[in-house]
Amino acid sequence: MIEKLVIIGNGMAPGRMLEHLLEAAPGRYQVTIFNAEPRVNYDRIMLSPVLSGEKDYEQIIIHGDGWYVRNGITLYKGHRIEAIDRVARTVTSSEGVTEAYDKLVIATGSNPLIIPVPGHDFAGVLTYRDLDDVNAMLLAAQSRAKAVVIGGGLLGLEAAAGLQSQGMDVTVVHLMPTLMERQLDPAAGYLLQKALETRGIKVLTQANTKAILGNGKVEAVELADGTIIPATLVVMAAGIRPNAALAREAGLSVERGIVVDDGMRTSDPDIYALGECAEVGGRVYGLVAPLYEMARTAAARLAGDESARFVHLDTPTKLKVTGIDVYSLGDFADGDDREEIVLRDASADVYKRLILKDDRIIGTVLFGEVADGAWFNDLKKKAANISEMRDTLIFGPAFQGGGTSDPAAAVAALPDDAEICGCNGICKGKITSTIKAKGLTTLDEVRAHTKASASCGTCTGLVEQLMELTLGDAFDRSAVQPMCACTPLGHDDVRRLIVAKSLKTVPAVMQELEWKTSCGCAKCRPALNYYLVCDWPGEYADDYQSRFINERVHANIQKDGTFSVVPRMWGGVTSSKELRAIADVVDKFAIPTVKVTGGQRIDMLGVRKEDLPAVWADLGKAGFVSGHAYAKGLRTVKTCVGTDWCRFGTQDSTGLGIRIEKFMWGSWTPAKVKMAVSGCPRNCSEATCKDVGVICVDSGYEIHFAGAAGLDIKGTEILGQVKTEDETVEYIAALVQMYREQARYLERIYKWAKRIGVDEIRRQIVQDGDRRRSYFERFVFSQKFAQVDPWDERVSGKDKHEFRPMAVVGFAEAAE
Amino acid sequence: MSSKWVEVGSLDDIPSRGARCVDTYEGRLAVFRTAEGQVFAIEDHCPHKGGPLSQGIVHGASVTCPLHNWVISLETGKALGADEGAVRTVPVRVEGGRLFIALGSRAEKAA
Ligand code: SRM
Ligand SMILES: Cc1cc2nc3c(=O)[nH]c(=O)nc-3n(C[C@H](O)[C@H](O)[C@H](O)COP(=O)(O)OP(=O)(O)OC[C@H]3O[C@@H](n4cnc5c(N)ncnc54)[C@H](O)[C@@H]3O)c2cc1C
Ligand code: SF4
Ligand code: FES
Repeated sequence: MIEKLVIIGNGMAPGRMLEHLLEAAPGRYQVTIFNAEPRVNYDRIMLSPVLSGEKDYEQIIIHGDGWYVRNGITLYKGHRIEAIDRVARTVTSSEGVTEAYDKLVIATGSNPLIIPVPGHDFAGVLTYRDLDDVNAMLLAAQSRAKAVVIGGGLLGLEAAAGLQSQGMDVTVVHLMPTLMERQLDPAAGYLLQKALETRGIKVLTQANTKAILGNGKVEAVELADGTIIPATLVVMAAGIRPNAALAREAGLSVERGIVVDDGMRTSDPDIYALGECAEVGGRVYGLVAPLYEMARTAAARLAGDESARFVHLDTPTKLKVTGIDVYSLGDFADGDDREEIVLRDASADVYKRLILKDDRIIGTVLFGEVADGAWFNDLKKKAANISEMRDTLIFGPAFQGGGTSDPAAAVAALPDDAEICGCNGICKGKITSTIKAKGLTTLDEVRAHTKASASCGTCTGLVEQLMELTLGDAFDRSAVQPMCACTPLGHDDVRRLIVAKSLKTVPAVMQELEWKTSCGCAKCRPALNYYLVCDWPGEYADDYQSRFINERVHANIQKDGTFSVVPRMWGGVTSSKELRAIADVVDKFAIPTVKVTGGQRIDMLGVRKEDLPAVWADLGKAGFVSGHAYAKGLRTVKTCVGTDWCRFGTQDSTGLGIRIEKFMWGSWTPAKVKMAVSGCPRNCSEATCKDVGVICVDSGYEIHFAGAAGLDIKGTEILGQVKTEDETVEYIAALVQMYREQARYLERIYKWAKRIGVDEIRRQIVQDGDRRRSYFERFVFSQKFAQVDPWDERVSGKDKHEFRPMAVVGFAEAAE
Repeated sequence: MSSKWVEVGSLDDIPSRGARCVDTYEGRLAVFRTAEGQVFAIEDHCPHKGGPLSQGIVHGASVTCPLHNWVISLETGKALGADEGAVRTVPVRVEGGRLFIALGSRAEKAA
């Protein structure tokens, strides 16, 4: 007797299964398929080329109507199965057809996730799953209007690229910091973003959709930060969820998907499930390769071969956007039992990373050049030991065996007329001959005399190799202290290149400057974050996770993990109201220690982290703002009583100190900056050992800088003398801006001044008025974005998660 | 030793390259999420002088302690480099975006 096989869903997985089954056991089953979509089996993967116009629907059909007729298969198009009756062994469709089965296969695929924000049900909000969605998008695209795609994963980006090539103005809104974060590490995510932006697609990361605005019809998308993006089309591509409702209602075992064994059998032995709706070995899948493996297994089982088993295999992810090559496979996380090999070619936007464990490849991320993906995948599959070819592995199969792989030898072999520095057109011969003729020994000298490596700097490595070849041991590469183990570049080079190449994000710096690690370390990340904050005010979004804890929670961590809170007391002046507010806070939160600091203000020590926002809220009501006692930024401006009270005072030192502090607070600097203003040369506020100090005299203001009284003790240098308070403020702000732009991270002013020369600073700030004013203006501009009280922001809810445990697990919950 | 899985929140509660604390009857734990989306849980107590590791900078699969810059592996709990010491690691599991940690046998006793 011929058995009845009924299939629910006519997607890619059951389509493949039927091909295997018809081959292995022709005529064994009478097959009936119900498909909610009113069409035959087509290649869902190829919807993206249909959307972009590179293909049409006819070209992506897998099984046309004739195929079903030839194989005696009944296909009910547009019939959604609404119930499975496991006792009667029947299924019933939305159109009223009931069909009996001996064996049932559930292949209902996935449902797109709809984010339940207000407006999600407006006309103009689409998902991206089937041909109907594509047709609707193509229709919307005819208006050439604006579209927003929510979700920067594979589907979202393919939708965005497709809509853009149909002439729409597209913005991708992505919740995470980098695109396709599940498949790509941040470095590759950055390159991907850059490639999309180059072709005109706007990308907003860390963007949380708050609402879709409009009146029954989409008009705009509103983000949590208040940004409003006008749009007439919104595509939600925020993820998929296995479509298992039908199976759950039928009483089958369902976790994330329909639970099946490695023979694709559900908890009912006559019912199979496969495709995206199935969960096997605790995993659900969203790419076709493993689904095809499921199809092979299910077909074999249905044909009577009980030995067939599904085995998990990692599947590479590739993005199908023409001209953007991305490849990701396996496990790309870091770990100390793992090693990584990273190859970055900034000039070609290439990034390759292999993750190794026990001399075997366990993961691969490729961007830009993906041709070797298959070879790496093969090595990974075979778990091949790569120790023999480790040095050249990343260059791909072409490099294995023969050929020269020693970079120094390659440089030595270059002819004299080979161009080394593309920006300045300098060839090898010119560099080596100048080194010899002028007796150059440092990179800076070579830059000065030949211009090689003095522009974009990407040839620095080559120039250094030439120096090594020419000078032998006389060349000391270590003369440049690298920032950290992640890069051979020193701080100065990194700063210069950030500006020269307009690098505006941490991943951008790491890619373009060919960082050796994928996400940096605790040394370089805070430094890069500062450089970007300083160089791109208003554009760069502070990378909070690259800040040291104190700057992340705006308080100083103490040895027992509690924090200290130091509010600003402008110029060291306070009032009974302020003191009372402090006293109240101390009582209310049982703060153990209150101390007057060396910086003329009050420190509350031993505050619990959880209490910080509430402490700040109370202090804020009394008018206090953060004192930045934790910041690489402006700390205090100490003052003395000056003309207000002192019988020797020559100028209003208190007022000037307060003015400077109010003008300069909030500014981030390479290291902390402390200032003082004294009313006469008796110098009661110790201005002559500060980073910047002012000594008031009868005829005006003497400006000092580069003092130290901490680890080192050093009296200040005199910058110059000016006549008015306004000039004093201009000179000081210009000096600090010059320091902000030039110093190395964690370098105090006195060390920076020693390195570049006190005379040079005087020349730029005192003698060159134009330059001083442009420094001053840049400082003023950057303050627009810096003068936000971080305490107030946190009291209003920013970074809430920082101050609360995620969960509290008592005995009760654990033992429930 | 038998242990019990306890749900403590969702993956989205932890910032990428960040950490959150979980207070448990076994002490305070730190749950980390790396740039690559891996999740680890360890005791929030540096082997050096007890610094709160949850407050450190996360890089790769390690964290730099905020007090004196020891670098601790999130996978093994061991101090890396020249420093010696280790913290206890706690099994974590992510399921459908939800986070679970395994707490030890003391829960059984309490039950
Ligand atoms: C609170 C205070 C001591 C006090 O009770 O008076 C203090 C406390 C700390 N100082 Fe200081 N310094 C304090 C005034 C000073 C002064 C005097 C001054 O500012 O007039 C100096 C000498 C001047 C100078 O800055 O060089 C000073 C030189 C240092 C140094 C050495 C810096 C150097 O480059 O030489 C450090 C270490 C560092 O910054 O790396 C330091 C670091 C610290 C740290 C941040 C240690 C740390 O990393 O945790 C302390 C934080 C305690 C806290 O949580 O509040 N502190 N520290 C003072 C806060 C002033 C304020 O109101 O903001
Ligand atoms: C735009 C796009 C691009 C993609 N690109 C790639 C790629 O590059 N590489 C890759 O590997 N994968 C890609 N995928 C994923 C791949 O297409 C899917 O993994 C695959 O199609 C899933 O096959 P399936 O048979 O499980 O489900 P589907 O192909 O989704 O089929 C399920 C079918 O069941 C029907 N159905 C649901 N419920 C019922 C019911 N109750 N009764 C009757 N019928 C029902 C649905 O209408 C649907 O037709 C892409 C997906 C999309 C949407
Ligand atoms: S010594 Fe100090 S307090 Fe006295 S006058 Fe001079 S500035 Fe004022
Ligand atoms: S307590 Fe962690 S390094 Fe000292």
